[in-house]
Amino acid sequence: MSSINYYNPEEHSLPRSIDWVTIVLYFVMVVFGAVSIYAATNSEYSLEALFSFEQNSGKQFIWAGLSFVLGLSMLLIDKRIIEGYAYPFYAVMIVILIATAFVGGSTKGSHSWISLGSSIKIQPAEFAKCATALCLAKLFDTYGFALNSLKNYAIAAGIIVLPILCIILEKETGSALVYSSLILVLYREGMPGFVLFAGMCVVIYFILVLKYASMLLLGIPMGIALCFIVAMVFTVVLLFVYCRTSELGRNVLLWYAGTGLAVWGLTALGVNVNGYASFITTIAVSVLYLLWGMLHDEMRAVQGIIAFVILSIAFSMAVNWGFGKMAGYQQMRILVSLGVEDDPKGFGYNVRQSQIAIGSGGLFGKGFMEGTQTKLKYVPEQHTDFIFCTIGEEQGFVGSLGVLLLFGALILRCITIAERQHSTFARVYSYCVACYLLFHLIINIGMVLGITPVIGIPLPLFSYGGSSLWGFTLLLFIMLRLDAD
Amino acid sequence: MEKDYTYERRKWVVIAIVLAVLGVYGAKLYDLQLGDTNYGDAAASNAYLNRTLYPDRGLIYDRYNKLVVYNQPAFDLVIIPKDLKAFDTLDLCATVGVPLKEMKERIATLNNPKRFSGYQQQVLLRHLSPEVIGRLQEKLFRFPGFYITQRTLRQYAYKAGGNLLGDIREVNKNDIENDDYYKPGDYTGDMGIEKSYEQYLRGRKGKEIYMRDALGRLQGRYHNGLDDVEPVAGNDLKMSIDIELQQLGEHLMEGKIGGIVAIEPKTGEVLCLVSSPSWNPDVLVGRDRGKNYNVLRNNKYEPLYDRSYMAAYPPGSTFKPTQGLIFLQEGIITPETAFPCSRGFISGGMRLGCHGHGSPLPLRPAIQTSCNAYFCWGLKRMLENRKLYKSTTDAFDVWKNHMVSMGYGYRLNIDMPRESRGFIPNSTFYNERKKEGWTAYSIISDAIGQGEILASPLQIANLGATIANRGHYITPHVVKEIVGVGVLKKSLERHDTSIDKQYYDVIAEGMRMAVTGGTCRGANIPGWDVCGKTGTAQNPHGRDHSVFMGFAPMNDPQIAICVYVENAGFGATFAVPIARLMLEQYLNRDKGGASSAAADAMASRHTVMGWSPIFPKNYHSDEQQ
Repeated sequence: MSSINYYNPEEHSLPRSIDWVTIVLYFVMVVFGAVSIYAATNSEYSLEALFSFEQNSGKQFIWAGLSFVLGLSMLLIDKRIIEGYAYPFYAVMIVILIATAFVGGSTKGSHSWISLGSSIKIQPAEFAKCATALCLAKLFDTYGFALNSLKNYAIAAGIIVLPILCIILEKETGSALVYSSLILVLYREGMPGFVLFAGMCVVIYFILVLKYASMLLLGIPMGIALCFIVAMVFTVVLLFVYCRTSELGRNVLLWYAGTGLAVWGLTALGVNVNGYASFITTIAVSVLYLLWGMLHDEMRAVQGIIAFVILSIAFSMAVNWGFGKMAGYQQMRILVSLGVEDDPKGFGYNVRQSQIAIGSGGLFGKGFMEGTQTKLKYVPEQHTDFIFCTIGEEQGFVGSLGVLLLFGALILRCITIAERQHSTFARVYSYCVACYLLFHLIINIGMVLGITPVIGIPLPLFSYGGSSLWGFTLLLFIMLRLDAD
Repeated sequence: MEKDYTYERRKWVVIAIVLAVLGVYGAKLYDLQLGDTNYGDAAASNAYLNRTLYPDRGLIYDRYNKLVVYNQPAFDLVIIPKDLKAFDTLDLCATVGVPLKEMKERIATLNNPKRFSGYQQQVLLRHLSPEVIGRLQEKLFRFPGFYITQRTLRQYAYKAGGNLLGDIREVNKNDIENDDYYKPGDYTGDMGIEKSYEQYLRGRKGKEIYMRDALGRLQGRYHNGLDDVEPVAGNDLKMSIDIELQQLGEHLMEGKIGGIVAIEPKTGEVLCLVSSPSWNPDVLVGRDRGKNYNVLRNNKYEPLYDRSYMAAYPPGSTFKPTQGLIFLQEGIITPETAFPCSRGFISGGMRLGCHGHGSPLPLRPAIQTSCNAYFCWGLKRMLENRKLYKSTTDAFDVWKNHMVSMGYGYRLNIDMPRESRGFIPNSTFYNERKKEGWTAYSIISDAIGQGEILASPLQIANLGATIANRGHYITPHVVKEIVGVGVLKKSLERHDTSIDKQYYDVIAEGMRMAVTGGTCRGANIPGWDVCGKTGTAQNPHGRDHSVFMGFAPMNDPQIAICVYVENAGFGATFAVPIARLMLEQYLNRDKGGASSAAADAMASRHTVMGWSPIFPKNYHSDEQQ
């Protein structure tokens, strides 16, 4: 036998090379989703509602049916077409996004819809995710491209930021935030880890400052004081991790601990210690020491750490300023999710009611179409953004944990698929899909559970809406097409 | 194409993030759905509006099926605070006739989420008249959040039996804590039969379950009304009371303090349970209930204290038949044994007075003439008899046990709340009371129903029933039958005393003699062999109490009675004529009962100086009903 692999049409046929795990997960989720929408919008069985285009549930069954057709047709497209048209597709989508912002119909203050006829509306932002993923994949697939120059970073960031700007123009902040998840893709493709670390710190500082704004520590808001302390702890940890010798880290640790003890002692004795003065002096002294240490050794690492300390302090003190720039409702949603504001009749109402809905489901739920919270409209948007409530209330812990695990499985499957790709294009693209799904999962289920602020983005494959369903169908089946080789 | 492995390890960071999110969210789900939370209740109180449907309370009939207590509709205006919206307050005030200021205050009190649930209906105005409701019903749609609920109030066909029948009131915190059935705003029986038969009379509440959406709009019946519960009306009661006898009793006792109890000996059925001063039961119905209740509670004659079965009086000479029975049973005397009486019991250096009659005399005449000395001799003989008893103490305890078997010293367990148990001392009581020791002499007045002896008129009447039955009694009861349930078992319980039947015959004969030619000749009714025993009970609170105990006819008795009039002097002056009228009323009920003129004459003889009725009721206008 020859060792040469001949092209064997049998081996490369679609049914044999396609990732059936993803197909099954997709199918289960879409059906589960359509059934949940049916349960959320009807209180009695009726065949009419099942197929009526006048009703949301009927429409959703039709969208679901059509999405299978859409998925199947994606599988039949030649891979080269997908790769070849990535840039044009992206460009067209950007134009459509901008156009939508001006001609789009207004729904609850956002201009993100294009109406086709009286009962069909399309949300281009849902398809822009696919275009952006393809474009980013194409960029990384360019021969010799790597995240090693400012210019390349700028191009990659530009591809991500452009649709964000367009969607913000449409006043659809929630959908815009989705693209921020692509930072994980950049990380996977070579972006230094400290950027992720910095991102994490930003979130931590933000939460600390807002959550502990009303308490005082050493005469300054406790949130800011906690940020300083976290920054100091991280500094010491970074010094130990990134410097060859432990001398710098040890000395800074001793200095911080010493001043901390001194301040604590003075306070205990009744002396009024000024918080800002003591924290900033302590940190400034450590920065001067590190600058001196830099002259001897560890040039780059220490440089970065110094930058980290200074930026941390600057950011902590700027959080309140930035928060003040947000819209009032956004501020309230954030404060409610942090548990700072308890407003069960106003901004906390949705979260409170969705928690009641899920909480009252118990282990096995109230049964199909028996959910009172959703049926009687205590939960808002119960067939779109809050669809998870219906599942929690009617299917209980078993059902809602099942949904969570389905998403976990799908995301991990996407990562697995990405990692087995030989082409950078397919890998980057698949990672984009995984990141979109992860972000939607975090925000949508998080808001329903009261963990994250209320941000209006759908639960992929579950929430009512043809655009969202088709957008994710497109994303997933292009990934499957790229994978089927 | 070669695979690029440069940053492959970074996939683990991404995977870790995914797993961390799943872990945190899974834990939060667990916490919400399986943790110890009350989200289920929160969802239910969101979604379901339970409207209580109140059942009709059971009706109460007398022994001849005369309707005594029935229901009248009453309307409450209630609000559900959560449903309140802006409305024309002035219009509402004008419609229901409540000043604007008061209306605003009432609404503000109820519409207070800290005190009341916004979903629970609260009573704003109680017992509105049908006319007001008629006007209100038409424009109710203009007052969102206001609803009318129909309740029932009691109505009394006879203005009698206030304490006996009891009344209804709104449940209080204790009621709600002690019985899951009650919810705020429910009614419960407060006194008398309404209280003791509450669980039969109240019926079972029903409910209609509505679904309400987030805007508070009703979305129809839950499960199309399949889970609704129809209210079940309470059981009707058939009393053993003769309501006309009860009414006459209260009339006769006008201006006097005391009680009358009549029992049908064969069955233990109580024919009347009169307590005086009595009051008109109408006053504890409706909006003035609270005010009138306080008037009754604060009156110095304590009209709410039912003297017929809650009081404990010295029984006086009505006690003597029990003594004769014990001495006969114990063989201390025979019916023929005679004791001397020299205007009193004179022995051992003490003297207990008596009145003039022949001496010495045997048992029957001793009862006839109510000779004190006879029974003192008897008790002395018994307590000092060392052949039969080891000691005075032993003898006294034998005596005490006989008393208990005759229904004294413990509750008879009548089906009424707060019955008195009276008092019969035992040897331990005297051992503790009289540290220096005691003999027959120290307690000799027990023999004539004085001393430490206390009994309720019910117990005294029950003695009459026991003698009438010649040795047993049925637990006295005021309710004959719970319609739909039957007769309560405890109402049929027979108690045999420890005394043989033949001795009762002797006592009955003595009591017959008292009526024909003794102390209670006034109770003699032509055509009926009345047996009786008077009592003139000394007491530390002023004039003697006037008492009568008896039954009729002597053979095949139909009624036993006790009349107890406080501070009214000799038994013969008040208790006997009252008893006579009562007996006549009952025995001759087919021939018009007691003479109305005689009854009015007795009603106008007052023992209380400057008597004025508390809540007057016109006996005669009632009779014509």
